[in-house]
Amino acid sequence: MIVMIPLMQLLLFGYAITTVVRNIPIAVVDNSGSAVARAITEQVRVTQVVDITHYYATAVEAERAIVAGTVRAALIFPENLAQRAAGGEPVGQWLVDGSDTMVSAALLGLRSMPLHLEAGVPAGAYQAASPSFEVALFFNPERRSEVNIVPGLTAIILTMTLTLFTAVSLVREREHGNLELLITTPIRPLELMVGKLVPYIFVGIIQITIILGLGQLVFNVPFQGKLLNLAAVTLPFIAANLSLGLLFSTLATTQMQAMQLTFFFMLPSILLSGFMFPYDAMPQAAQYIAEVLPATHFMRLIRGVFLRGAHAGQLLPDILWLLGFTAVMLAIATKRFRKSLD
Amino acid sequence: MTELAISARALSKRFGDVIAVDGVDLQIPTGQIYGFLGPNGSGKTTLIRMLCGLLTPSGGEVRVLGLEIPAQAETLRRKIGYMTQKFSLYDDLTVAENMQFMARVHGLSHRGAALRIEELLERYALSSMRQRFAGAMSGGQRQRLALAVATLHAPTLLFLDEPTSAVDPENRRDFWEKLFDLSDAGTTILVSTHYMDEAERCHQLAILETGHMRNQGTPQALLAQLQDRVVEIAGDHLRQVKERALRLPQVQSAAQQGVRLRVLLRAGTEDAAGYLRAHLEDRDLKLSNAQPSLEDVFVASTSGGKHLPVHSVASAPSPPRNSSSCHAIA
Ligand SMILES: Nc1ncnc2c1ncn2[C@@H]1O[C@H](COP(=O)(O)OP(=O)(O)OP(=O)(O)O)[C@@H](O)[C@H]1O
Ligand SMILES: [Mg+2]
Repeated sequence: MIVMIPLMQLLLFGYAITTVVRNIPIAVVDNSGSAVARAITEQVRVTQVVDITHYYATAVEAERAIVAGTVRAALIFPENLAQRAAGGEPVGQWLVDGSDTMVSAALLGLRSMPLHLEAGVPAGAYQAASPSFEVALFFNPERRSEVNIVPGLTAIILTMTLTLFTAVSLVREREHGNLELLITTPIRPLELMVGKLVPYIFVGIIQITIILGLGQLVFNVPFQGKLLNLAAVTLPFIAANLSLGLLFSTLATTQMQAMQLTFFFMLPSILLSGFMFPYDAMPQAAQYIAEVLPATHFMRLIRGVFLRGAHAGQLLPDILWLLGFTAVMLAIATKRFRKSLD
Repeated sequence: MTELAISARALSKRFGDVIAVDGVDLQIPTGQIYGFLGPNGSGKTTLIRMLCGLLTPSGGEVRVLGLEIPAQAETLRRKIGYMTQKFSLYDDLTVAENMQFMARVHGLSHRGAALRIEELLERYALSSMRQRFAGAMSGGQRQRLALAVATLHAPTLLFLDEPTSAVDPENRRDFWEKLFDLSDAGTTILVSTHYMDEAERCHQLAILETGHMRNQGTPQALLAQLQDRVVEIAGDHLRQVKERALRLPQVQSAAQQGVRLRVLLRAGTEDAAGYLRAHLEDRDLKLSNAQPSLEDVFVASTSGGKHLPVHSVASAPSPPRNSSSCHAIA
């Protein structure tokens, strides 16, 4: 344990964490339907900064996809693309979700990329002199990193505190001897689990209110969404952390062990969830691990609702995942919990 | 009264290398107060936990209130009350809150719980401290609260694991009055203890040592077995007399009590006083047969380990000096 865990974490995080942002998922909207557009798209693609995952017919659809978090940016080609290209004007517009400054910086790097256009257009017309693209930064035009960090912090703080609360709950009662009395009563394991969980939901709500409230007051992070949507994404996350803590509580035999389990879980939640380093920049294997963590899903949810004003309905997959996670953890914890001292 | 509340056959529990309970047979009739008397680590708590279905036996069979344990433990839980050795209510809840919580856990209705709690607060003299935190109560008050909670749902069988440790003799007597009230009302009570005065009050006793049942019966029957084997010696230099007595093969134990030396002889010794007089060879000593006490029963039952050599047995657990009727065999 003492050797394996640090070794595993070192390899995992050393391999997974990178600040070079690549493969940002984007959409392309081609209003021109021209060969020039396809040529430019191809040149953007080979930079490997982006990964073209979607094509939309209209800019409105693309914007909706950005709000929903399906893509981080959209490249829009105008109808009169050939004309603009000939005139040396910018050939397209980037709509960028600016909340993550690391991602937006990578996309801004494409603004002045040299383009090689086909027939009739003077090669080298798009050099450093004039930008190849226009860029519209949404949600965080001033490119302040707090905007992205404060909502993300809620995920980290809630994970740390809530998981710990329930992780020590059953173990503490076992250590104090309360459990010996409780399990001699007709109480059902699920009742006990839910009873341990429910009070902390309120603690979670208070915490998130404080963090986001202060975030707005002190760091001036704008709240774009609706409170109802905020509740719809936060409650499943709170429940997910609490149920995971309960599972830890059934695995550990001492409070110390329960805390260690929580901290073992904390590190990937901070490093892989997209809180510190963009999710899209991580290698595939690390992304798979990140997908397991509730914090990763909540990171998407809270940023979507808080910064981009997304509806809960647009973020349904992540919400359902958190609810499923809660149900599974609660089921395992309940199943593991035996009304016996063996 | 012939019905058995608890019956166990060859009940054993092993924790790794430790055999905590070893082949214990139990027959506890309904309505009795049955005592487990044994020193620390003799397996009292482990035995009680197995009877409640909290621990799975390593071997043997248990039936409690006609239910197969541990298979039917869940059904049993509605019928039993358990007072754990360690105070196990919530220190950070008040007396009333603890009782309300446990009443809900036992599924008492709101109204039923309120009435029952009032009744119990009254009965166990807790009315004046219903708002007191359990953590801020004295040892005796806590025990009363724990008993009140254990009887909330009117169980027919009560397990009390050393309920009166940390309780003074006065309060212990009151506590036992309450137990007799419960017993009169038909509750079967299984109580573990290391106090002799408590053991004496039980209808029946089991003497446990290192997981073995050493002796079992009514206190009277146990005392009768010891008739004519206890001798009291008065005289000078009792310490030296004790040394010499302990070297005699028929002497099982000797303990000084004030100005007298109390000597217990092995089973089968004819004319105990005569034997001692003949072997101690000291004319100044006054010897007389004495009434055996439960403590003698305890010593006779527990230090007579079959596997131990005679001499080390004789000097084994000598009861503390200055013993009164209520000290711990710890
Ligand atoms: N969970 C456990 N794991 C390992 N050993 C145990 C466990 N519980 C009890 N034992 C051992 O079993 C033996 C009997 O313990 P038990 O607690 O039943 O004694 P007891 O008669 O209740 O003692 P006391 O008067 O001190 O309460 C002891 O040697 C103890 O160390
Ligand atoms: Mg014990």
